[in-house]
Amino acid sequence: MNNRPSLGRLTKVELRKMVDTRSGFWLLLAVAGLMVVAVFITALVAHEENRTFHNILANGLQPAGILLPVVGILLVSSEWSQRTALVSFALVPQRSRLLVAKLLAGIVLASAAAAFGLALSALGTAIASNSAPDHWTLPIGLLLQDVLYAVTAMIIGIGFGAALQSSAPAIVLYFALPIALAALGSIHAIKGAVEWISTESLEPMTKEVMSGHQWAQGLVVLALWMGVPLAIGLWRLTRRDVG
Amino acid sequence: MIEAEKLTKRFGGRTVVDDVTFRCEPGTVTGFLGPNGAGKTTTMRMICGFSTPDSGRAGVLGGEYRRLPNPGRRVGVLLDASAQHGGRRGREALAISAQTIGVEEKRVDVLLELVGLEKSAARKRVRQYSLGMRQRLGIANALIGEPEVLILDEPANGLDPEGMRWMRGLLRDFAERGGTVLLSSHLLHEVDAIADRLVIIGSGKIVAEGSKEELLSNAGTLVRADDGEALGRALAAAGLDAREAEGGGFLVDAEPRAVGVAAQVGGVALVHLAPAADAGLEQLFFDLTSGEEPS
Repeated sequence: MNNRPSLGRLTKVELRKMVDTRSGFWLLLAVAGLMVVAVFITALVAHEENRTFHNILANGLQPAGILLPVVGILLVSSEWSQRTALVSFALVPQRSRLLVAKLLAGIVLASAAAAFGLALSALGTAIASNSAPDHWTLPIGLLLQDVLYAVTAMIIGIGFGAALQSSAPAIVLYFALPIALAALGSIHAIKGAVEWISTESLEPMTKEVMSGHQWAQGLVVLALWMGVPLAIGLWRLTRRDVG
Repeated sequence: MIEAEKLTKRFGGRTVVDDVTFRCEPGTVTGFLGPNGAGKTTTMRMICGFSTPDSGRAGVLGGEYRRLPNPGRRVGVLLDASAQHGGRRGREALAISAQTIGVEEKRVDVLLELVGLEKSAARKRVRQYSLGMRQRLGIANALIGEPEVLILDEPANGLDPEGMRWMRGLLRDFAERGGTVLLSSHLLHEVDAIADRLVIIGSGKIVAEGSKEELLSNAGTLVRADDGEALGRALAAAGLDAREAEGGGFLVDAEPRAVGVAAQVGGVALVHLAPAADAGLEQLFFDLTSGEEPS
């Protein structure tokens, strides 16, 4: 009983914390609802050539990609805004372990969302009328990209929550920064450089099997967007006084 | 056991906790008393590893709090009753702590009953809780791992007189079974009602420490006579250091015996002669922490 709590147990607790508050519960329900809407709109009313499994899945995952990071942000920032850090850190004084548990919980939730999207899209594709013989085709590479898209979006959200330790600024910055970078990318002279830092380079992830060049840019962007906020977050979490 | 050894903490050049040293032994309830802003909360947060001291060290159960592998099983902590997610149900908040430290969830219901939160209250979101209910939830949270040590910051804040009596019984019982309790308060009567040892802090420094009896034995004698002026003259004639007490009479810096003799010599009939007790403690608290803003 005096062993320290295992990472598995801490991860389960963090998953529970995502769904057991009023805001967390409704946010996740909204994600699921929007995924259903996106899948069935695409399956039923899109142009026939777009009623393909891979396109329905791409659209179905959009709500998860956009809103799950907010769940991730809140999972970390609410420890400060709701001041539960005073309870969480009293029980788990190794604060970095708590952050790792939150990341693991985020990965589990995002994977679950991807699996849900996959099942939902299969259902949508089954009821969509499409005479093209290959409309069920889904390259394995694209499937993996879809899962990676959902999981990395979640990790980026958790990073923003950890770096800013405050819900509203983290959510605003999370949505505003990509827009600002996209605006920068429209300046012709620096377009090439911005592509290596802008999340616009992640857009092909759910659309097509990416080329080597796209992968190179995508991985750099992901490393930057996950790594920098998490590093700042970890530094603030372990070095600073709480309360 | 809780130990603070020469703890010092500065915020922006201001020394908030200054060379604080004290110990809390098993079987005792220690009241950490001082005005708001005296450094109580900062000291307790350093003990629990939330804040790093600039110098000195703090220990719980013989080591640093942060080095305890599963601290929830050995130390119960309540640092701020309002530090709960407003959108979470009361019972769920306890269940999360139980799961984190590996306690069976059925203990949650035992504790809810112990702290007097009924089923309907436990189902409510914490946002709807009164401060008194949050304190009860916080106490339950601190007790969930069946700890040996309790560290509670202002736990009586927001409790009604019935709640204070309840907490006194709870903590006394905990200490009698060998537990160590440290609780803070800025109100003398709270600590006086609950604790058996006192550590008094003012402006970041420990100004007095000891059992209530020890502190009171120096608190003097409260004496009253119908003829107050004559009593004042008699005390002065005997060379006793006396000052007017609140509610009439004098607070004399001497044993009751010496005061009685002085009154007899001065030919004054007394209506009250006793150790100063609560009046003395109040005076002591006021003296020790004067210069602070009373709250």
